[in-house]
Formats: sequence, structure tokens, C-alpha cells
Amino acid sequence: MNHLSVPKTYKLFIGGAFPRSESGRVYRVHSARGIFLANAALASRKDARDAVVSARAAFAGWAGATGYNRGQILYRIAELLEGRRAQFVAEIQDATGVTTVEASAEVDEAINRWIWYAGWTDKYAQVAGNANPVAGPYFNISVPEPMGVVAIAAPQRSALLGLVSVIAPALVSGNTVVVVASEMHPLSAISFAEILATSDVPKGVVNILTGSLSEIAPWLAGHADVNALDLTGAGVIDWVDLEITAAQTLKRVLRPDSGTGSAVPALGRITALTETKTVWHSKSLS
Amino acid sequence: MTFLDYAAAPESRALLTLRSEYGLFINGEFVAGGGAPFATISPATEEHLTSIATATEEDIATAVAAARRAYDTVWSRMPARDRGKYLYRIARLVQERSRELAVAESLDNGKPIKESRDVDIPLVAAWFFSYAGWADKLDYAGLGANPRSLGVAAQIIPWNFPLLMLAWKIAPALATGNTVVLKPAETTSLTALLFAEILQQAELPPGVVNIITGAGATGAALVAHEDVDKVAFTGSTEVGRSIARQVAGTSKRLTLELGGKAANIVFDDAPLDEAIEGIVNGIFFNQGQVCCAGSRLLVQENIHDEVIERLQSRLATLRLGDPLDKNTDIGALNSREQLERITELAAVGEAEGAQRWSSVCDIPTTGFWFAPTIFTGVHTSSRIAREEIFGPVLSVLTFRTTAEAIAKANNTPYGLSAGIWSEKGSRVLAVADALRAGVVWANTFNRFDPTSPFGGYKESGYGREGGRHGLAAYLTASGDNAPLRTAAETQGGVQ
Repeated sequence: MNHLSVPKTYKLFIGGAFPRSESGRVYRVHSARGIFLANAALASRKDARDAVVSARAAFAGWAGATGYNRGQILYRIAELLEGRRAQFVAEIQDATGVTTVEASAEVDEAINRWIWYAGWTDKYAQVAGNANPVAGPYFNISVPEPMGVVAIAAPQRSALLGLVSVIAPALVSGNTVVVVASEMHPLSAISFAEILATSDVPKGVVNILTGSLSEIAPWLAGHADVNALDLTGAGVIDWVDLEITAAQTLKRVLRPDSGTGSAVPALGRITALTETKTVWHSKSLS
Repeated sequence: MTFLDYAAAPESRALLTLRSEYGLFINGEFVAGGGAPFATISPATEEHLTSIATATEEDIATAVAAARRAYDTVWSRMPARDRGKYLYRIARLVQERSRELAVAESLDNGKPIKESRDVDIPLVAAWFFSYAGWADKLDYAGLGANPRSLGVAAQIIPWNFPLLMLAWKIAPALATGNTVVLKPAETTSLTALLFAEILQQAELPPGVVNIITGAGATGAALVAHEDVDKVAFTGSTEVGRSIARQVAGTSKRLTLELGGKAANIVFDDAPLDEAIEGIVNGIFFNQGQVCCAGSRLLVQENIHDEVIERLQSRLATLRLGDPLDKNTDIGALNSREQLERITELAAVGEAEGAQRWSSVCDIPTTGFWFAPTIFTGVHTSSRIAREEIFGPVLSVLTFRTTAEAIAKANNTPYGLSAGIWSEKGSRVLAVADALRAGVVWANTFNRFDPTSPFGGYKESGYGREGGRHGLAAYLTASGDNAPLRTAAETQGGVQ
């Protein structure tokens, strides 16, 4: 008995929904062997702006959730990723041409990293903050807080691991995210969005755009409601202009990653997307 | 004669001996600058104090080369505890010469001697003393074992707290093993040059700290120098933007401490005696020329009239005049340019319909002065509620609910500081959580300490100065293999 397959339509992920690009544009995505896989949405300036609006609207709720709560929600994503591992292994193989063993290893690592970051939600503030022994009768404490909306260029060479490795650290502290997926390998990012959509992550916390990084990134770099620009995967395009554009609104800029672009897990990735707030309070016995 | 009239009590200028001209401090020695020298004046009297050199691009290259040489051959190789000992020496010398430095600061900047003597200079010594102890404890900075210094730091500081800003920049840079080229503000170079003499007395190895003087172009050329690894700037948001553009695409690390428009929120259950003093300190300390000044007063509506009345009667007791007089509360503004900007913005406030009240005081006939001023009936859209005035001008807005106070406080592109006045602890903590500002003072204002991180959110800049967090601006984790790459290194290679 033959089953005629039902191909998936890959769209954007904005505000918890899966809209097509408002521009109506798509681009062809091919496998490593050059076989047509799907048409991916070619996101426009309007899509990028919609994504920022969604991310901003979601910020207060996500940042205001307890670390314990964010930790459980992020952990749940790892559970769902585990459940869909076969799908991701197949997608990664199609997209990048690696062996089953290599693709399995990438999914394993993506799950492991996600759990590693999920565990930080109620710990990073303890490690990155501290009491300050000022010379006077004051209670004084410094704590890290999320920056706000973070726009991210995902690593280009990787279909899943790169994406996971840049989204997770931004989410730990309570940032919301607009991420531009790998231009070459965007399909797993949208499959990952299906996990996000069916998990307990509030809508708008993660927004995923597919398309041309060099077209979309300047809109995000110049957007006044984006607080930080993570250019980890932007080494392939003219990122210097993005940093120059970002200076107009004094965005925090993480320059392109060195080496493999695999965005090695580190506490520094979490703290780089936080602000330190210092609170003084007078002390008095009366 | 009222109880407010005091006999003049000027601090003696005898312990300050100024040279008729000052050169650049490069490689441990004063050398002539290549550019045209400029005069530095007392903003209180407009008298000529001394002549200051202008550094050219060649001078900057010499200074950066001296810093590089000192980094490579001496400072980065020295045992960490010895770096600390030099900083302790500096702290002690600042304490020994503190009165001289305070007099120089008040003369050159215009701030009251009681502020330079009791706040600025003691904090300078404290900053060096505190960071001295960090030099051999960097494994505990939070970046893992054996964090590395960056190299040559270019540091550009403003005129509002000249020597204190120098200390905020130089102390952590040296403690972490970097060498420095520092440019003080054009109008307030004097104490930096006296500090250079202190470095000579401390026998700091030549080139570890170089001080070059000049105007904005000198600073821009320093930032642009290709052998600079780190740029630290305190000043206006506009210049901060241009520096961020300048270093884009390089491997230079950058921290910026820029402008602010802080909300000082007074709830109706505030301890009003303290709050009035805190509001006054928040906006009139240093003539309001403070980036973290509490320039937007948000008062709960039901106590608005009482607060304004008490503020006005308190302000009427402030004495404006000779910065060197120990009774003076309000000194001179730093420059004519500053006076003109404040005057212009105050006129805008009136034109936009806010009600102006200024303290009645005798304004000296020479120098740059502005009477303490309060605007009431200010709207959130008014320019005096949105733009940094950087002067003794307080804009008063009202609110009814806590949520409204938070929304108004955060309604600014800046995010440097904020104040909260309330006796209800749970509300103070919840409001502090909700404010998007780097420093929140609750039932106090304008407190500074070398152990306490300072720096902004949003367009108030990035990075922190002070405390453990302040070390991160001058260090990189030892496992970090060039996380910040140049354009040339990344272009063309697919990741």
C-alpha cells in the first residue's frame, strides 16, 4: 500500500501563530544534495516589526515569571524535543547531509544544552549578583535582570543546534526573542517553533523569522524597541553596518561568534544579555 | 542680617601651587603638546588658572605606544600583588594631598568645597584603596580562574566629577593589569595633571598611565587609535553613540556611562523630612550637573502641594556663591556653554506652559550661575521632562497610583538611576523591581561607593563601574578565545 506523503508548509512563527510572510514571498530550500525540500517564507521588514511588537508585548509576563516557573517551562521544551527526535534527525540529515549518527548526536546535544540552560533560570542571579558592602548604613544589592527584546542571528551552518544554542541563553533570564533562522537550513527552526507553540511558552516569547539575514537584520538592528543584538551567526554578512546601525539606539551588541559558530554553552551567554541593577536602601533603627 | 548670613569662610588657596602651564603626561614625564595650548579658567570668577596643552594625533600615538610598551614589558608581567601595592600607594598619596586636590577641583570645576572635600576626593581615595585589594584576587571576579587583562585602555571622562571619574576609570583598569591613556574633559584637566604628579611620587612605572589633554577631537582620535584594546567613556549620550559607531567592527571592547533623566518617586507615606533632603540632594548636588540626578520628581498627587512648599522653603536656605567658601551649598556651573544650555531649556519649560519657581539669591556678576529652579505642572511630553538638562532644574510631575508612577518613571529612553521614597518596604521592593534603571536609591539618593556597581540601562549606556562587576569591563575569561572578532576575521568565512 503506497502512502503519498503530505509535505509541510513552512511559515513564520510570530506571536504564537504561524503566519505566511505578509509580503507573500517564499524562497526555495534545498537539501545538501540539491534536492528541493520546501518553500520557506521570505520574511519582510513588516514581519520583523510584527515580531518585535509580539516580543515586546510578551516581555513583562516572561520576565516577571519566577525563575522556577521559567525553568519548568523550558524543561518541558526539552521533553517535547525528545519526543520528536526522529523527525529532527531526519530533517537535519536532509538539510545538511550528515549521517544518521551525526544527526542523532546533534539532536542529543541540542536537548542536553536546552536542559543545561533551563536549569540556570533560578540560579544565574545568585551567581551573577551579590550584596555590596558599602561604607555606610545601607542595604545594597546588585542583581542581573533581562534586557528586554533580543534580536538574534542564528548560526548559519547548523539546522537545529545553533538555533537552540542562541535562543536558550536569552530566555533564561526572561528576555524575549526575535531570531532569524539559518538562511540555508531554516526548516528545523520552524519545526522547533511547533514545539514552542505546543509547550507552555507564552506567545511572543520566541518569534522565528526565516529568509535573508542581510535583508532582515538591518531592520532589527535599527528598531528602537530592540534592546540587544546577538550577531552570533552574522559573520557571513556585512555585520559591521549592523553594529553601526545599532549604535543609534545604543543597543548591546554581541559580535559574531568565533570558531565554529556552534555557540558553546556558557554562563557568559546568559549574563551578556542581562543588565545589572543595584538597589540601595537606607537602614535605620528608628 | 538673618540667620542665613554667614561671615565668609573661604578655604585657603595657599596649599595649591599651580604651574603657569601644563604639558601632556606621557611615559612618566610631562612633555609639550603639539597642538595649540588652551586656557583653563575658574567658572566662578572667569580668572585664568593655567595653560593646558593640546595633544595631536602624533602625541596620541606616542602615548598609546608608551602604554603598549609598559603593558608588554612591565605591567602585565608584574606580580598581581605588586600592582595592588602601587594602587595602595596612590590611594594614600591622594589622602595626603586631599585638601590641595579639593581646592583645585573646586577652583577648576566650580563645585562647592564642601562637596569636593567631603565627597569627591574621599571617594577618589576609596576607589583606589578598594580596587588595590582586587589586583591579586581576580580569580574571584566571576570570570573563572586566571582572567586576562585586555591591554591598552583609552579612557575619556567628563567635567562634572573630574578626579572622581578619573578614579572610576584608572583604578579598575590598573588593578586588572591594563595600561591607560586617559583624556580628561577640556574644561577640567587640572586635577588629572596634579594626579600625574602623584603617579610620579608613587613611582608608578612610566607609561602605565598616560594623561593627554585636549578637546573632543583629541578624544575621538584616541578612540580611533588602532592599538587601543578597550574604550571606556563617560559623558553625553550623543558622543556615546558616535563612539559606539567608531568602534563598530573592531575588536575593541566598549563601556559607556551616558546621560540620564532619573525619576525620583515620592509616595504619600514617605518619610517627608528625609525625602525633602533627598530631593534637594538628588537634583542640586553639584549644581545638578550629575548624570544620575533626580531631575524628574514624581510626587503622589495628594502630597504635591505640601512637598513643593517644603522644597521651596528648604531651597530658600541654600547659599549660592564662592565655591571655595565652606558655607557654600550651590557653586558655579562649569562653563558658559553649560549655562546657555540650561537657560535655553528653562525658557522652553516656561514656553511649554510649566510654572517656574526660582530661589531668590544674589547672582555674582562674573562666572556662570543658575539659581535653583523648580518647574511644576510639567507634562510627560515636555522637553524639560524628556531631555537631560544637566543643571539645577527640577521638573515636577504627579501620579495617583503605583502603576502610574512606574509607567511614568520608565517613560524615557534613559535608564541610569531612580529614587523611591516610601516607608512601606514591600512597595519599595516591588517598585525597585519594576524600574528599568541601573541604580535605584530607596529612601536615599546620590550615594556612591567603590563596592557598588554603577551604570545604565537603555540609552544611558552599558557596562558597570564599581564593585566586583566593574572588573568585568577590563577582563576577559581565560577560556575566551577571541569572542570579539574583527570584520576582517569573520568576513567571507561561512560559519
